[in-house]
Amino acid sequence: METTLTLAIAGIATGCVYALVALGFVLIWKCTEVVNFAHGELMMLGGFTGFGLVTIGWPWPLALAGAALACALFGLLAERVVLRPLLGQPHIPIVMTTLGLGFMLKGAVTMVPGAGVETHALPTPFAGQAVSLAGNPVAADHLLVIGVTLALGLMLYGFFYYTPLGKALRATAQNTRGAQLVGIPLARMQAWAWTLAAALAAVAGVLLAPLTFVHAHMGLIGLKALPAAVIGGFGSIPGAVAGGLLLGLVESFAGFHAPDGVKDVAAHVLVLAVLLLRPAGLFGRPQENA
Amino acid sequence: MQRMLISALLFALLAAPALLSPWGLSQITFVAIYIVAGTGLMLLAGSAGQLSLCHAAFIGVGAYAEALLHARGWPLPLSLAAAALLAGATGVLAAWPVRKLSGIYLAIGTFSFGFIAQEIFARWETVTGGNAGRVVAPLDPHLLYGLAVAAALGALWLFGRLQASRFGRALLALREDATAADMLGVAIPRLKTLAFTVAAALGGLAGGLYAHQIRFVSPEQFDWVMSIELLMMLVIGGLGTRAGIVFGAVFLIALPQAIALLRDTLGWTTPPAGIELFAFGFVLVLVLRWAPAGLAGGLGKSSSL
Repeated sequence: METTLTLAIAGIATGCVYALVALGFVLIWKCTEVVNFAHGELMMLGGFTGFGLVTIGWPWPLALAGAALACALFGLLAERVVLRPLLGQPHIPIVMTTLGLGFMLKGAVTMVPGAGVETHALPTPFAGQAVSLAGNPVAADHLLVIGVTLALGLMLYGFFYYTPLGKALRATAQNTRGAQLVGIPLARMQAWAWTLAAALAAVAGVLLAPLTFVHAHMGLIGLKALPAAVIGGFGSIPGAVAGGLLLGLVESFAGFHAPDGVKDVAAHVLVLAVLLLRPAGLFGRPQENA
Repeated sequence: MQRMLISALLFALLAAPALLSPWGLSQITFVAIYIVAGTGLMLLAGSAGQLSLCHAAFIGVGAYAEALLHARGWPLPLSLAAAALLAGATGVLAAWPVRKLSGIYLAIGTFSFGFIAQEIFARWETVTGGNAGRVVAPLDPHLLYGLAVAAALGALWLFGRLQASRFGRALLALREDATAADMLGVAIPRLKTLAFTVAAALGGLAGGLYAHQIRFVSPEQFDWVMSIELLMMLVIGGLGTRAGIVFGAVFLIALPQAIALLRDTLGWTTPPAGIELFAFGFVLVLVLRWAPAGLAGGLGKSSSL
């Protein structure tokens, strides 16, 4: 039953989720020089928000948008209140702050009575259905995840390349000082980077739900954005997307063809190999290590 | 004044077994074990400024080594030494892919190493017992207390000696300016490997004691949350200082107790795990914002980093 195409589609679907998380993660890193270890927990928050909205009767697409909006607001708040005061400090205090933020998020969700410690299903409108693709069975959920990611990717492409705000964000990501010199307001760009990245993480959280359910530990899956980002060349936005997709595919095939456990460490073995052999990542240009 | 305080503390530690309940004694043992583990990590994160996110892997190696060797009847000094040595060797291994990296790249490389180590704990069933874990024979609580306190004092003494040594000065140079250190002839990759080795060996010793204290070893104890908690403990205590290790370890052990007390007083029914996680993260964020030098440094002072 498990054909190559089925595995590939499943891998791409998971990879799409990794890519969305990694994209936001790299956006934050490039615009604010913050390595956000709370990004996985932002994704978890998005998953739970989506689940909550579906539970109170919102249709799935609306819940997806609602979760993205709610997390975007949270990202904005987190940047303003917690991280902006620390800008310019060495990386240890900043990384530790994001880790603290992640603990707070996970702790807060776990405290919600009756919901925080349980595992929830968040069914999409196509749950359980299979589609035949050239004779191979493919889960409709996987196609939905890929479709939503593709649509979002196109929107993001349009945003980053054709709108003034998107261009300003890209400029900030490429060269913070250069962007400042041409009059791009840095603080506002950094707020936007967090807002956008948190929204993307929330979408990833809702999309991940049909693949792994919603639970308090799903942040750990979101943290695979780190390996994805490193594999793609830390700091390259297209690289983050490619790294995420590659990771999803490798995991999918390793899970089927390789012995138990290989799937779970594949991401981390890949990272160590990339760091050893090609520290600039598969798609990045060599640069000074930060 | 400081000398008097320390003397009084040492005296209290000597008198503790006679005065405290078994529960109180085990809490001090926990603090001592975390001091040993924290001292190792402090060398890396505090002295050298290297954000290592896999300390739990070293503690795990030490814990499993002690569990196995003790079960085979090795005498305690030998098995604990072997646990430290084996963990030290793991430190060399962990340093290898990241020894030429710095900053966030090193952090992510060690993060991945920690995950791989945990997976090996879970999968190497003939040695580790897999996810079912492995039971460790208990020690006499007084003996364990004595060992842990001695190890903690020894680790703190070593930390002071190392800080004053050529090795310690090289670590500081690396933290302050890696390029300048390189120019002055510090062989950075070798220095990092050595720092990881010492840190891991201390982690392994702590792990050996931890195995007896918990009396059970299983992979999920040595997950990345433990690595992060140790780092958080050092930051809250005061990064880079010896007092910071002690303050941090006391904080780490006291926090769950304080929360349990608060829960009982206020009659909360929410599960404690979430509150602990939240409180820990919250305190960390507050400390970093308002008292970056940690509990040992006092309010408002800026960190030495």
